[in-house]
Amino acid sequence: MTDRKIIDARGSFCPGPLMELIARLKFAAVGEEFEVLSTDKGSASEIPEWLHKVGHELLDSREEAGVWHIALKKTK
Amino acid sequence: MVVSGSLERLQMASMVASVGAVSGNEVTVFLSMNALSHFTTVVSAPPLPEGPFGKLLQDKKVPGFKQLFHQAVELGDAKIHPCSMAVDVLGVGAGDLEPWLGEPQGLTKFLSDAHGGQVWSF
Repeated sequence: MTDRKIIDARGSFCPGPLMELIARLKFAAVGEEFEVLSTDKGSASEIPEWLHKVGHELLDSREEAGVWHIALKKTK
Repeated sequence: MVVSGSLERLQMASMVASVGAVSGNEVTVFLSMNALSHFTTVVSAPPLPEGPFGKLLQDKKVPGFKQLFHQAVELGDAKIHPCSMAVDVLGVGAGDLEPWLGEPQGLTKFLSDAHGGQVWSF
């Protein structure tokens, strides 16, 4: 299984979690997987929307105890 | 086009610029009037809120507007230009401006570049 790197953006508001993710993706290799942790409900919809727009793969999105876990793979 | 020095407008402008730029859009920001001084060493005080929402922004862990504008440049290749007129009126030099800003630009050039695109003003 591919190591999934955690981006802990809990406590940050939109667009903080998205921008933290993009900053990490910029230097990541194709195929790397990440999981964003966010307590911002808006980011839970914004991040999948951004992934869809730019073409990266959303692997999973779920909420546990007020924390959204958004898993994704860099595809290009 | 960002002219206001209020916290809410600077924050919203930085959000639109950063998210727009990292989503594949060509983004150019033109900073003038009360907005520009917040990108110089001339003003060290943070922008003031114009309403209750701005006070909430100050209390929450919201990404700062300058951080978001900087990320728009770094991550999304946005261009952020100080208005050349505002630079002259403030009397600031290149060393007084945030280093990630582009060269001062005139309104004619900005309007020419923005022709046919969407223009948002804050």
